[in-house]
Amino acid sequence: MTSLLPSPSSADSVVSVNGLTRRFGSRIALDEVSLHVPRGSIFGLVGENGAGKTTLLRHVLGLLRPEAGIVRVLGLDPVAEPVEVLSRTGYLSETRDLPDWMRVDELLRYTRAFYRTWDANYAEELRRQFELPPDQRIRSLSQGQLAKAGLLVALAFRPELLVLDEPSSGLDPVVRRDILEAIIRTVAEERRTVLFSSHLLDEIERVCDYVAMIRAGRVLLAGRLDDIKAAHHRLHLRFGATPHRPPRIERALSLCGGGREWSGVFYGDRPLLTRSVEAVGAEILEEEPVSLDEIFVARSSSGWSEAPYQES
Amino acid sequence: MQLRIHPSSGVPIYRQVVDQIRYLITSGRLAPGAELPGIRALAEQLLVNPNTIARAYLELERAEMLMKRHGAGTYVAESPRKLTRNQRASALTESVDALLMQAAQLGVGYEEVVELLEERHARVTSNTP
Repeated sequence: MTSLLPSPSSADSVVSVNGLTRRFGSRIALDEVSLHVPRGSIFGLVGENGAGKTTLLRHVLGLLRPEAGIVRVLGLDPVAEPVEVLSRTGYLSETRDLPDWMRVDELLRYTRAFYRTWDANYAEELRRQFELPPDQRIRSLSQGQLAKAGLLVALAFRPELLVLDEPSSGLDPVVRRDILEAIIRTVAEERRTVLFSSHLLDEIERVCDYVAMIRAGRVLLAGRLDDIKAAHHRLHLRFGATPHRPPRIERALSLCGGGREWSGVFYGDRPLLTRSVEAVGAEILEEEPVSLDEIFVARSSSGWSEAPYQES
Repeated sequence: MQLRIHPSSGVPIYRQVVDQIRYLITSGRLAPGAELPGIRALAEQLLVNPNTIARAYLELERAEMLMKRHGAGTYVAESPRKLTRNQRASALTESVDALLMQAAQLGVGYEEVVELLEERHARVTSNTP
């Protein structure tokens, strides 16, 4: 049965990344990234293409060696103990690379050989649910079927940790729904953990407990989704007099408007915000909740990388 | 039980679930003693995190709108907790203030607001069995 939100102590983290840095040539791909994925959570990595999400996930899987910093998965170093880590971690890459000359049933038999915990009944159940014909060649599958086949292979050995890199990239809404359902079912059973990246914030907002926003290799913001949302507000303001230039207000992440009325995304407790708004001679007309999408845009453009929710 | 979730509305999803279930109960569409779907089933139906549903159910249990029967699911409470008149009024004050403020901003007069309230009241209560 599902328990309430797990506590975010690093002791119970399934994935724990501390000060991870990685360069490709002179380009810095990850810059002192730290994050902790609590057991039983759905953790979403948000960021634009090229922000470093895939590079981060490849370190988690032990496919890349940290240049600096420490990565632990299920308490183990994934570079030093790849077999143990990968036998307990399901992975779906964005490119969904599967052996394309195999048939679906051959893919299942082939993959089964790698996993002690492979559950053939579950694999068959997923194959039917995903409507994958056993005799079809991988190369002739549609994009959606390919994603489902990749997901099947990542789920059928009931991994403790499921890592998905942009699972809904390029898929139609019906297949996206199947994938989200599979993610939800994964954590609902047996406190398994999901770490996935997506640029679809709507999707992240639906299913995640925890979120990390990544931009240009740095963590802009990380924490419990509810906390992040509760700490951000859209405020509509009216100034006593028209400001001469765009106003600067403490704790405003973005601001637009004109004349005496301006609105923007703010960060902080409501009493604190009232004070900073009053300090510039304005009053709050209205307050609205903001979506994760708005928070991300506001944070990205403000370049404000203070990460008050980063777990220690 | 039909709920509608709007992930990008800005309102936290657990809050949307709480508000909608509360509405279904107070409007009588969910009768006392009715069984609610399990956490996992509702999470899959709505495509949201199971923890979110667990949190919403817990909040409704604390408000004594729902009750858990030992190992046998979650039900609408038989006799929802009686609030004092003051408690009931203060629970509504915030919404009333917001309504009045919005009406003023839109230039909708007080009488018009009352008319609208009556109209909506008729609509909502007609759904009650």
